[in-house]
Amino acid sequence: MNSLVFVESGEGKIRKSSLEAVAYAHAMGGTVTAIALGSVDKGELESLGKYGAAKVLHVADERLNQDVIQAFASVLTKAMVDESADVLVLANTSLGTPVAAKVATKINASLATNVVELPNTSAGFSVKRSIYTGKAFSVVELTKSKKVIAIKKNAAEAKEIGSAAQVVAYSVALTDTDFNTKITSTEKATGEVLLPEAEIVVSGGRGMKGPEQWGQLEELAKVLHAATGCSKPVSDMGWRPHHEHVGQTGVKVAPQLYIAIGISGAIQHLAGVNSSKCIVVINKDADAPFFKAADYGIVGDAFQIIPKLTEAIKAAK
Amino acid sequence: MKILVCISHVPDTTSKINFIENNTKFDTTGVQFIIGPYDDYALARAIEIKEATPGTTVTVLNVGLVDTEPTIRKALAIGADDAIRVNAEPTDSYFVASQIAEHAKGFDLVLMGRESIDYNSGVVHAIVGEMLGLPSVSPVMKLELEGTKAKLAREIEGGKETLEVNLPFVAGCQEPIAEWKIPNMRGIMSARTKPLKVVEPKAVDVTVSLKNFELPPAKGAVKMISADNVSELVARLKTEAKVL
Ligand SMILES: Cc1cc2nc3c(=O)[nH]c(=O)nc-3n(C[C@H](O)[C@H](O)[C@H](O)COP(=O)(O)OP(=O)(O)OC[C@H]3O[C@@H](n4cnc5c(N)ncnc54)[C@H](O)[C@@H]3O)c2cc1C
Ligand SMILES: Nc1ncnc2c1ncn2[C@@H]1O[C@H](COP(=O)(O)O)[C@@H](O)[C@H]1O
Repeated sequence: MNSLVFVESGEGKIRKSSLEAVAYAHAMGGTVTAIALGSVDKGELESLGKYGAAKVLHVADERLNQDVIQAFASVLTKAMVDESADVLVLANTSLGTPVAAKVATKINASLATNVVELPNTSAGFSVKRSIYTGKAFSVVELTKSKKVIAIKKNAAEAKEIGSAAQVVAYSVALTDTDFNTKITSTEKATGEVLLPEAEIVVSGGRGMKGPEQWGQLEELAKVLHAATGCSKPVSDMGWRPHHEHVGQTGVKVAPQLYIAIGISGAIQHLAGVNSSKCIVVINKDADAPFFKAADYGIVGDAFQIIPKLTEAIKAAK
Repeated sequence: MKILVCISHVPDTTSKINFIENNTKFDTTGVQFIIGPYDDYALARAIEIKEATPGTTVTVLNVGLVDTEPTIRKALAIGADDAIRVNAEPTDSYFVASQIAEHAKGFDLVLMGRESIDYNSGVVHAIVGEMLGLPSVSPVMKLELEGTKAKLAREIEGGKETLEVNLPFVAGCQEPIAEWKIPNMRGIMSARTKPLKVVEPKAVDVTVSLKNFELPPAKGAVKMISADNVSELVARLKTEAKVL
């Protein structure tokens, strides 16, 4: 079995979710070829070998520094053929998922997104997907000979196992159709931990009272190297940007640790956090529903507990 | 202008999820069904455009069996002009997209939700775009029409991107593209007589087949820690949960 892994980068660095995709492909067995588009540090590309890539294709086309989804799909479609790959693995992201859908359609492959585990290949080829917003799973058989798999965070562990891979320049002739959407600007928080990839998330709800209170929450996040999140009303009221909103209709997170402060724990919020390994809830109301979904809980006033917690973490370091 | 809005018929967001028949079928007992919340944003934006642009018609499309008709009628009550139901169980994204693509030709805009909240695939819009040779963009937080062009904002991890695209195109929508609309009495009355066309599905190649469903393991009881002893929490996160 040959697999191709689409590797995403930001600010020249490979995304952690893509390292997990390489690790996933490696764990499936067979030959793993990674492919990266746009400007990426050469060292970063070579380092993909450590996670299991035998070879790295690099398309150093400047037009692909932007996430031009249609063009990315064309490049990957060609690479699937050139590399005689059976399986395309990508991370389930705002770029990876639509690219997966387009490539699967072009090459008539079986497609599965939100995949949480390695495939079961004992009889056929089946994968487990997260459905009903994390409330259930489905096991589906991918019946076509070609398969496209978009994996969720933690579907495989990115660990260093090998040595640097050889980087090969690769190019594909692109057409106007590949640029049928024109990206006019990109705004991105830089240098921070991305919420969907974060190992620790500190999230605040309406109980935080107002945007001016977020300083202490950010301080706590900083000592934990955590990303900050929030509940839907908080982003609806404009206290926090929309991309921080966690839940059914927002970002689904899967960190090691999720700390929820002043969030009641509505079922729609829980839907975005139920893949967390450990949940801590801080709420002044002992009957807040979130405690039922938590591993650890503290009943008390957020504004007294946050500074204490920040200090306790600093002290424990 | 002709707008197509594709709606899924999904369990209300507060539903408890259970399965029957050896974990091969969703248990609808006691479950209330709604228009997918993201699809509802797509519909709301379509109605806004219709209100602002004379001569615009909004068609809703659902791939589903007869039990989805109340959900379709609700979309008509919110303000869509007519509806198509493709009479088939929506087994997977590729199947659904193939059915939608059959009926989506000739529309200037094809709006969907960013994802269905049952399958959560987030791919139907991209597949339909690919099948029709149209651009597709998702998740779209803002959609402004300017003649034959549209200006869009798309959410990306940790930020957003703005784009320009020519009509026709496919978009997967999410908030804050528009505010959800609640049907009024007049809408509900008129929805009863609006045309709802039922069509049979086209044959589609099977690409994925369901083996079974699973529920996640039950969570253990919460351990409460005193507000006066915050350092105990940190110690337990380190040694017990091993997450620090
Ligand atoms: C279709 C649909 C989709 C939705 N999607 C989402 C979603 O994706 N994400 C989401 O979050 N919500 C979502 N919601 C909204 C959800 O139902 C809740 O309304 C929302 O999560 C509540 O946010 P909250 O917990 O911040 O506010 P509240 O419910 O108002 O809770 C505030 C909490 O703060 C506590 N508190 C107050 N003061 C303090 C203090 N000083 N110290 C400590 N605690 C304090 C209170 O006890 C309370 O528990 C959705 C709703 C619908 C209908
Ligand atoms: N059965 C269906 N009928 C009509 N539209 C659907 C159906 N299922 C999904 N869609 C549309 O496709 C979008 C993406 O769905 P999905 O790829 O399943 O997450 C949804 O938000 C809907 O707009």
